[in-house]
Amino acid sequence: MTKAPTRHSITLTINSKPMQIEVAPWTSLLDTLREHLGLTGTKKGCDHGQCGACTVLVDGRRVNSCLTLAIMKDGASVTTVEGLANGDTLHPLQQAFIDHDAFQCGYCTPGQLCSAAGLIAEGKAKTPAEIRELMSGNICRCAAYPNIVAAIQQAMSVLGGKA
Amino acid sequence: MINFDYVRANTVADAVTMIKADPKAKFIAGGTNLVDLMKYEVERPGRLIDITHLPLKAVEETPEGGLLIGALVPNTDLAYHPTIEARYPLVGSAILAGASQQLRNMASVGGNLLQRTRCSYFYDVVTPCNKREPGSGCSAIGGLNRGHAILGTSEACIATHPSDMCVALAALDASVHVTGPNGTRRIAFKDFHRLPGDRPQQDTNLAPDEIITAVELPAKGFASNYSYLKIRDRLSYAFALVSVAAALELQGGTIADARFAVGGVAHKPWRVPAAEAALRGQTPSAAVFRRAADIALEGARPQEHNAFKVELARRAIVRTLTQASNGTPQSQSDKKIA
Repeated sequence: MTKAPTRHSITLTINSKPMQIEVAPWTSLLDTLREHLGLTGTKKGCDHGQCGACTVLVDGRRVNSCLTLAIMKDGASVTTVEGLANGDTLHPLQQAFIDHDAFQCGYCTPGQLCSAAGLIAEGKAKTPAEIRELMSGNICRCAAYPNIVAAIQQAMSVLGGKA
Repeated sequence: MINFDYVRANTVADAVTMIKADPKAKFIAGGTNLVDLMKYEVERPGRLIDITHLPLKAVEETPEGGLLIGALVPNTDLAYHPTIEARYPLVGSAILAGASQQLRNMASVGGNLLQRTRCSYFYDVVTPCNKREPGSGCSAIGGLNRGHAILGTSEACIATHPSDMCVALAALDASVHVTGPNGTRRIAFKDFHRLPGDRPQQDTNLAPDEIITAVELPAKGFASNYSYLKIRDRLSYAFALVSVAAALELQGGTIADARFAVGGVAHKPWRVPAAEAALRGQTPSAAVFRRAADIALEGARPQEHNAFKVELARRAIVRTLTQASNGTPQSQSDKKIA
């Protein structure tokens, strides 16, 4: 089925900057970030909600941006990996991932970081087993999982439960 | 992905009018299943009606002592809702056994009920599938059917329903509130999903122009003696091979009331009243639980690759009822089976 692209104007606050964007109804939030706004930190892995590489925070909650239609998030605030650091100061999670060597190829890392930020904000994971379970939506094909859990534990103690 | 129109509904009445006017339209809420199916072109709606702005996000106690859960409550919010944690932990446990936290943040209660099967032939648009294309045949019968149904199947379809939450809702005798052009009605959970029969394309008894507005839980939540056990190919973030939601009411060492439903084995959560009746009045024991499991699984007809599910379901039922009767529900983070 082909149809003339109907574009809709939406407003998204991305990494604290309000932006007006024209999107088609079928444009995912992931494609909006990467292709329309040049924010390529958020990764396209499976594009089907199975790998978590595309995880971003929408209004503070972690979601799969590949399964999110941008048009449905008109007015929302989005935080991507580009928005985690405070200027040149890394977010405690980013620093912890470096300290614990919590990645190899790095492709899943932006999603891991955003997911972990969401996890810490939720405040439900206290033990390593709970961290592993609540991070299970983020697949790491290099299997850096033990170091990812250690990094999240470090960031949790730095942040005191607030991401 | 195919191109489509997008409209937003602001009231439930709006939404019903919009869906009635356009049979090719579909409602979208969390989108976790629908957008995925649209990417595979399994679903090809001409228009999406965004219902996320409808006022269906409340969780309220009912005058009868039950709980009315708005259709748009995110799965995560429901799992961690204080009333769910305190009075209906079976529901919270089942929700947290499914999907990932990202998906649970997006997914709605109503959408969870309307998930399509994860049968790989349903997803693969170049293979015959009666559910996707009525009359084309079933590729799973005689194909790779390790994950498929063992109960309530038909010549047309052996797909399973993928939800965890629904298995708990079935066990607790929930009901589904829906609104259509002729007003509202309430559907008992056991009548909401259907068996495939000769119309596997129809997953539920919801009419095409009806919308789910809420799920209601009755007063009894079985918070003291419950368990949700999910057996799958990996420890997290995978669909069930077999899952069991069990709820018992014990009085002086005797089973006063019993419920259990089985997931991953049929086109809907599998609940057998005779199996539950066999538990009532009994003292909990492996033999009693085994007898109930045998009754629940009577008539199981496995396919070439899933005969293991019959014994797996039998043992999972016994184990889950044991956990429930001991008051030691299965943890969804510590994966050791208690």
